[in-house]
Amino acid sequence: MKFGVVRFPGSNCDFDAYHVLLNVMKRPTVMLWHKDHDLQGVDCVVLPGGFAYGDYLRVGAIARFSPLMQEVKTFADGGGRVLGICNGFQVLLELGLLPGAMLRNIHLKFLCQHVHIRVEDARTDFTRAAKKGQVLRIPIAHFDGNYYAPPRVLRDIERNGQVVFRYCDAGGRVTPEANVNGSMAGIAGVRNTAGNVLGLMPHPERASEALLGSEDGRAIFESLVLSLGRRKPAGRPAPGKKARHDR
Amino acid sequence: MIDKALLNRHNLTEDEYRLIVELIGKEPNLTELGIFSVMWSEHCGYKSSRVHLKKLPTEGARVVQGPGENAGVLDIGDGQVVVFKIESHNHPSFIEPYQGAATGVGGILRDIFTMGARPIAVMDSLRFGPLDNPKNRSVMEGVVSGISGYGNSIGVPTVGGEVYFDPCYELNPLVNVFCLGLADKDKIFYAKAEGAGNKVLYVGAKTGRDGIHGATMASAEFGEETEHKRPNVQVGDPFKEKLLLEACLEVMDRGLIVGIQDMGAAGLTCSITEMAAKGGMGIVVDLDQVPQREAGMTPYEILLSESQERMLLVAEPERVAAVQDVFAKWDLDAPVIGEVVEGGRARISFKGEVVVDIPVDAVVNLCPAYDRPITPPSPPPPAPTLGALPLPDDLDDVLLRLLASPTIADKEWVFRQYDHMVQLNTVFLPGADAAVLRIKGSKKALAMTLDCNSLYTRLDPRTGARIAVAEACRNLACVGARPIGVTNCLNFGNPEKPEVMGQFEQAVTGLAEACRTFGIPVTGGNVSFYNDTEGLSIHPTPVLGIVGIIDDIRKAVRPGFRAAGDAVVLIGENLEEVGGTEYLRIAHGLEAGAPPAIDLEQEKRNQECLLELIDAGLVRSAHDLSEGGLAVALAECAFASEGKTGCEIDLEDGLREDALLFGESQSRIIMTCRRANLGRVLELLAARGVPARAIGRVGGDAVAVSRKGREILRVPVETGLRAWKDSLPGFFRVRT
Amino acid sequence: MRIRILVSFKDSVLDPQGQTVKNALHTMGYAAVKDVRQGKVFELDLEGTTRKEAEALVPEIARRVLANPIIEKFDWEILKGR
Repeated sequence: MKFGVVRFPGSNCDFDAYHVLLNVMKRPTVMLWHKDHDLQGVDCVVLPGGFAYGDYLRVGAIARFSPLMQEVKTFADGGGRVLGICNGFQVLLELGLLPGAMLRNIHLKFLCQHVHIRVEDARTDFTRAAKKGQVLRIPIAHFDGNYYAPPRVLRDIERNGQVVFRYCDAGGRVTPEANVNGSMAGIAGVRNTAGNVLGLMPHPERASEALLGSEDGRAIFESLVLSLGRRKPAGRPAPGKKARHDR
Repeated sequence: MIDKALLNRHNLTEDEYRLIVELIGKEPNLTELGIFSVMWSEHCGYKSSRVHLKKLPTEGARVVQGPGENAGVLDIGDGQVVVFKIESHNHPSFIEPYQGAATGVGGILRDIFTMGARPIAVMDSLRFGPLDNPKNRSVMEGVVSGISGYGNSIGVPTVGGEVYFDPCYELNPLVNVFCLGLADKDKIFYAKAEGAGNKVLYVGAKTGRDGIHGATMASAEFGEETEHKRPNVQVGDPFKEKLLLEACLEVMDRGLIVGIQDMGAAGLTCSITEMAAKGGMGIVVDLDQVPQREAGMTPYEILLSESQERMLLVAEPERVAAVQDVFAKWDLDAPVIGEVVEGGRARISFKGEVVVDIPVDAVVNLCPAYDRPITPPSPPPPAPTLGALPLPDDLDDVLLRLLASPTIADKEWVFRQYDHMVQLNTVFLPGADAAVLRIKGSKKALAMTLDCNSLYTRLDPRTGARIAVAEACRNLACVGARPIGVTNCLNFGNPEKPEVMGQFEQAVTGLAEACRTFGIPVTGGNVSFYNDTEGLSIHPTPVLGIVGIIDDIRKAVRPGFRAAGDAVVLIGENLEEVGGTEYLRIAHGLEAGAPPAIDLEQEKRNQECLLELIDAGLVRSAHDLSEGGLAVALAECAFASEGKTGCEIDLEDGLREDALLFGESQSRIIMTCRRANLGRVLELLAARGVPARAIGRVGGDAVAVSRKGREILRVPVETGLRAWKDSLPGFFRVRT
Repeated sequence: MRIRILVSFKDSVLDPQGQTVKNALHTMGYAAVKDVRQGKVFELDLEGTTRKEAEALVPEIARRVLANPIIEKFDWEILKGR
């Protein structure tokens, strides 16, 4: 199996994701340049954190037009696994591969700190190495992590079980205090209806080595390795028709 | 044509002008005058400080590059080097806090990657006026946002620093930014233009009218510029800098260039002349090739512009295409704007005419150095004797007030705004005694810290400076690191005032003494004079940035108490020293007295013994004592402990309670060890001539201190934690 | 032809930056300000485009790039003169 980490001008956590996949998870990993059209046969595309295109216009807004992202869209539409971390999540939202949008953090400050997130669904390709209800301690570092979806979209997401992670306290309770950026329904990560695309704001690559304070983020990479090793089609689509908001 | 008023606007004296004429063999034209004006300014020429900076030790076995280049370089073994420096951006940060701080970060980052090192850490030392004044809050918010905005965007973690508050900084806030990068020893690049026929390339952002200082161009031949085109504040673009960083590192990694210099203070002028001078060559430049983002710029403006995010490269002609390809990949232009030539002169043309023709040596190496008049600093205002100072009734309350005072209080409000984890190297997050970064692929780690207690330096500059070095090294020792090198940012008032020069001279003397004692070379730094507004001068503030190495990251030690039952050991001696303390300031409203004494040799012994104990695996936690003394240090250890565990301390000292709890005697460290190892620990300390004793145990939910069995302090950890944690956020709560 | 496009948050979306500005204005004594919404202004310089073409082109540019339709709405006008 092979992983690909996308590099936009302004991506910062590209080498971090690359390091964890190659040196910690010990899987073949390549960097994918935004101007290329070649996904180099990877089995999973990782969109890393950072400030792609300086976050100018809107976070993730310009990145989605890059040549490589057209390939990523085709890849995802065909069932390929795509993981969007932080800025990567923002790009997936702009591209329409995931529902909703990101707003500025509610207290208007950049936040870099550890948070807890609860696994809401352990059946996805990104969480099958974890258990439902498991609490993961993973850092966030963002200015625009306030997840928003219009009421109808939010209802659909919840009904389809597309919320994969929610901000919680150390004991796993989803409380307003635990929701430091003001995200709707405490949403920290969502998947698409088909289940092959996931975006989350926290940085699992920053919590994959004990030396750095937490290894809880490894569960996400381990899940991917497990899923890719199974050679089964990507996830089972949730019941119901393909939602309108998957643009 | 060149009259006194013009010279004044260019900050040049008549004597300096005469010297210029002598050196270049003619009267300079306006553009050439402008060049000398910036290159011979205090900031670029170090006129008032050079004479004293010569005293600093700059040599050592690890030194690959000392002062004089963009940054210092030290060998850390395994074929790697660290490249680091600290710089100030004080005056711009008062005018425009966000951009002043942001461009300060941008500037120091460029100083590091221009040497071929990828920046892996930033720290900042910030000083503001007291927070009860909304103007100071606004400056602080702007500065922190600026550092955050720039550093986060470019993906370099801000891993530590310090924040101090004092009225003397109200009109002169200080923003000192430190940056450190990692590189391979055989892949370092210097700012030298060598090889006649080599091409000079300009890369990065287009040049505009940012930050052009001083002189109003009234002369008709320099255009019809109107007021709205006048110099404005430099605005940073971190995205541009990120592209520049990646592109530059790529061309350097592939060995495609010969020399490189960033355009910082004095922009193009500085890089052109310095690169030529350092290479012993001359340089020819055509300004028409310089990318410009505003129409109608004059040569003066192009040369003096301080537009950000620009670099100057030198490459062999055969390599130019390859270099330009790399920059094109990153969507950056890299036009050739000139050539390296023999002869030692800078010949710059504009629209077909030569507008500058001067020897580079005169500009770069022959700036006069002044030995300005000095008045030795007056002795500090005497503090009342302890007997004459009333003992506060409620010492618990005094501790809470100290914990809540902004200089001591928790700085999470600040560092939460910085991405301190990107690049996956940060092992000790902000809040420990020093920042600790792992080196991937090795068990070594780097530790770094910034320190200066400016109240001590105001009361006694020489002692204050010695203490600043000692404290920084002590911070490093407490995480298990040995210091290897120093960078300093010397922030002072107006050097034309003899008292200020006296402070400077004494501070540099103290710095030199301490660096020699610890055997650490100064690899470079920055001097910021003229921090002085309306007659109010800042305290002399020599900020030290010290870098250390931990041989085995698994042995690194944190400040928090680990488990109930552990023995608490005090290294060092409690003396009656309340002069210059936070306690004296907060409980009695006095800034007086001599600062605590410092015995550099004893300090060194104490630190080395601690390192030995850490190496032997005997130390469970360590924390140094500084502002607020013993009581504050114990509280900080409790706050940093996972379970918020307190301690029970019993002392024998005969000092009065307030001196005992809050005095700031130097060279003291609180460490904890397992009860079973206490004997061995005390034995080793005694054998090394280090005063130390067991003073109690970890446990309970309060910081409790008794003297000979009689309780003198008991503050529940939760209560102290709230005072400490809620202070800064309390000042910045949004009011409706 | 110069076009001005104003992009702002939809009414249903919380605008904390607008709120902060409003609070600051109140603190300064401007009690008459009841609400503040913050937005972005884009000015485009179009060449060789007729008014009719602009009426199709500008909304497309706005919808596709300048605004995120999930959270933002836009208004636009052709500026008089140069």
